[in-house]
Amino acid sequence: MSLVNDPVDRKDTARKKYCRFKKAGIKFVDYKDANFLLKFVNEQGKILPRRLTGNSLKFQRKVSVAIKRARHLALLPFVADGLK
Amino acid sequence: MFQNQYETVFILTPVLSEAQIKEAVEKFKKTLTDNGAEVVHEEHWGLRKLAYTIQHKNTGYYQLFQYSADAKIVATLETDFKRDERVMRYLTTKLDKYSLDYSQRRSKGLIGKKNVEPAKADKAEATTEENA
Repeated sequence: MSLVNDPVDRKDTARKKYCRFKKAGIKFVDYKDANFLLKFVNEQGKILPRRLTGNSLKFQRKVSVAIKRARHLALLPFVADGLK
Repeated sequence: MFQNQYETVFILTPVLSEAQIKEAVEKFKKTLTDNGAEVVHEEHWGLRKLAYTIQHKNTGYYQLFQYSADAKIVATLETDFKRDERVMRYLTTKLDKYSLDYSQRRSKGLIGKKNVEPAKADKAEATTEENA
């Protein structure tokens, strides 16, 4: 073991976040598509933050509105346990 | 008069028979057409499991209407929903240009109910793989 500070290989962690809606060219987030919205909630059914999803603010807002609409129509749960 | 496009989804109680559901759906459709709305598209999703219980029920019949109408009609329709105890939930949204485009493609079956998820999922996954 050397006493020199070896450079740490951080290739895996340095991945740039991106907004999947911008990248895929999706303009409208559908509240009727519960399976798709499932990507943006955690196991308890809470909306994931932008910090984790990488969405741009514009689409994070749209996603959150869509999730709330889906919840109202009982397509998504308000509270859940082990959703995934 | 300027007409907007609206989309309404409502849930009927599962205790109804097939004929009663048809009758209820027709009733609301009539409310729309009587008030001068034009039903552009409708979908019957059938009996679906609810994500949580509503009025002690675990399932419900989903029905979707897309119509172009005057803004006043939404209030009329929603009053009807409130007065009818067969309706458990309803949601009306105004369609903007993006959602209009989406629902047009959806009604043509380009992003059919079954195709929506895989198409979008594929796109999302493909992009993740590119980045990986």
